[in-house]
Amino acid sequence: MIRRPLRPLARVLDARAQGYNPDTVEAEERAHRMRQRHKAERQRSETRLLLLGATFLLAFFTVGARMALLAASEPEEPRAVASSAAITAGRADIVDRNGTILATNLVTHSLYAQPHHIVDPQTAAIGLANIFGDLDADELHRQFTSDRKFLWIKRTLSPEQRQAVHDLGEPGLMFGPREVRLYPNGSIAAHVLGGSGFGREGVHAAELKGTAGVEKAFDAFLSDPAQGGAPLELSIDLSVQAAVERVLAGGMTLMNAKGASAVLMEARTGQIIALASLPDFDPNHRPKPPISGDPGESPLFNRAAQGRYELGSTFKLFTVAQALDSGQATPGTVIDTQGPMKWGRYTIRDFHDYGPRLSVEDVLVKSSNIGTARLAVAAGTPRQQAFLKGLGFFEPVPVQLPEAGRTRPLLPKQWSELSTMTISYGHGIAATPLHLATAYASLVNGGLRVQPTLLKDAPSPTEADRIVSERTSAELRHMLRQVVVRGTASLGRVPGYQVGGKTGTADKPKATGGYHKDKVIATFASVFPASNPEYVLVVTLDEPEERTGTKPRRTAGWTSVPVAAEIIRRIAPLMNMRPLPKEAPTNRSGATLTSN
Amino acid sequence: MKTLFYILGGAVLVVFATWAYRVNYETQDAVGRVNDLTRQIAREREAIGVLRAEWAYLNRPDRLRELAELYFPDLQLMPLSPEHFGEPVTVAYPIEDLADAIEANMELSE
Repeated sequence: MIRRPLRPLARVLDARAQGYNPDTVEAEERAHRMRQRHKAERQRSETRLLLLGATFLLAFFTVGARMALLAASEPEEPRAVASSAAITAGRADIVDRNGTILATNLVTHSLYAQPHHIVDPQTAAIGLANIFGDLDADELHRQFTSDRKFLWIKRTLSPEQRQAVHDLGEPGLMFGPREVRLYPNGSIAAHVLGGSGFGREGVHAAELKGTAGVEKAFDAFLSDPAQGGAPLELSIDLSVQAAVERVLAGGMTLMNAKGASAVLMEARTGQIIALASLPDFDPNHRPKPPISGDPGESPLFNRAAQGRYELGSTFKLFTVAQALDSGQATPGTVIDTQGPMKWGRYTIRDFHDYGPRLSVEDVLVKSSNIGTARLAVAAGTPRQQAFLKGLGFFEPVPVQLPEAGRTRPLLPKQWSELSTMTISYGHGIAATPLHLATAYASLVNGGLRVQPTLLKDAPSPTEADRIVSERTSAELRHMLRQVVVRGTASLGRVPGYQVGGKTGTADKPKATGGYHKDKVIATFASVFPASNPEYVLVVTLDEPEERTGTKPRRTAGWTSVPVAAEIIRRIAPLMNMRPLPKEAPTNRSGATLTSN
Repeated sequence: MKTLFYILGGAVLVVFATWAYRVNYETQDAVGRVNDLTRQIAREREAIGVLRAEWAYLNRPDRLRELAELYFPDLQLMPLSPEHFGEPVTVAYPIEDLADAIEANMELSE
């Protein structure tokens, strides 16, 4: 740049010529130069300020934009974690004690319609009615042409049906994924499993909810994602359960009974291996609860856990156990059984006259009502109540079935001395077969009270749960064995398995009061092997009638006992129980060869 | 000297930029692959679930019983019963010297 001099020669000469001080020229030039510098400096400061302002603005914008982005974006799981998720189904499987599947999930599709997207309502309605027999074309057409925006058509579809609907080519028909609960074994263990249905439903998913049985009892566990899809392991053994149901169904037909139930329980732990109630249902298509009629006749009714029956002479074991354990009697103590026994207006009779006196053991073996009534009266009402309470007859069975939890045994309102006498042989008190199985298991397993359970690996009772002494338990086992060997349950013999048990036949109460003369509940509570009981089996038949003889026989000895024996014969080998050797092995031809 | 620094700085920048670019895209690829695999695993698990359900359905006791009855002439399958258990004592002892026994038998038959 050309530097402008402070004293430009032209202006100085000009000033001299005009006669004023040339210094003023210098001063003017100096002032001008100063102004120029100020201007430049100001501009630089302004630029700097602007730059600083811009920087801050940019910084604030960046922070603001990032915040806006974070606020607007969808939350997302860290990727590394998401890839290790192992849960595939919304509801865990249920397996039996060997790991066989009892209930699992299957992905299918639901079908819904969006009528405003349907191109040709007439064809779509007719097409759907052709695929699904239960849909009506006119009704569908009416709904498709209405101003609804959404319409469920089918909750679940089979793959074939889905393809058929797909082939209709209608854009207004949509599929949504659906998980359905599958019970691959059909009606086997139906009453244990219960069933399930849809809870809250959306287009893309539906919540599966248990409606009864363990599905309902363990609803929270089964749908808890924290379990990582671990299956629910039941104590049920599928093959044993299937065999029990099959034999029981056969026995029910043979004995012309209208219902039957069986409970198989491990004597030491209370684990339920099989629990059957007939008639049963298919949990895949669980029927609706009946609206009319007796709910106790419905297939949904779990006779083993819900059916409260007077279980008859099977209760004599409790009277005898109480007498033995309190030291009131020994198996050899002789009881007066002269009948009929009168008590006020009431008369107690025996099925036959067993003579003037019997030992305690024979009272049980021959099933003398009079004998047990005398034992109970001698012990007194409070002791009887305490003993039955200890065995669990005052409360619902604490098993993992919602149905059982609602079923409280029926006890007399006023526990008179007469009640004590009738209850001693199982009348005037109504409990479920599950109660009976629990009580029998507790008495014969050495005297430890078991808690019935449907879960595998449930804890065993400890010494703290003792209700009768080891010795009493052994004596009871011996007596139960004698009932089968020489008493009322002689048809219950199964070679090799030392079956012991007690029969019980009780007249059914009429709905109008009083008792039926020709309708009974026949029960056989058995243990095997009697010398060292592993299992307790309770078989109950509802209104059985054995008609092969000249007149129909209804007592448990003729009806429930053979059915129970057949069940034991079938299931004991399935449970890996070797029969006890019946005879000394003889030398066969093979053995003689070795001596050669 | 200054120029050399600038050139060197520029070169290092280019190298690191390239590296960052590649790592970025490799990561995106890997994430995409992981997503694919996760989806595939989910599909496979679902398929396993279906197969397990089918296996359970094919092995349901009712069907096995029907099959056992259908093929009874060939297979002679019976429900397990107590008689099927053998006692070890009833099993013949192995012959101590098989060759001797055969010889003895042959001598007998001659």
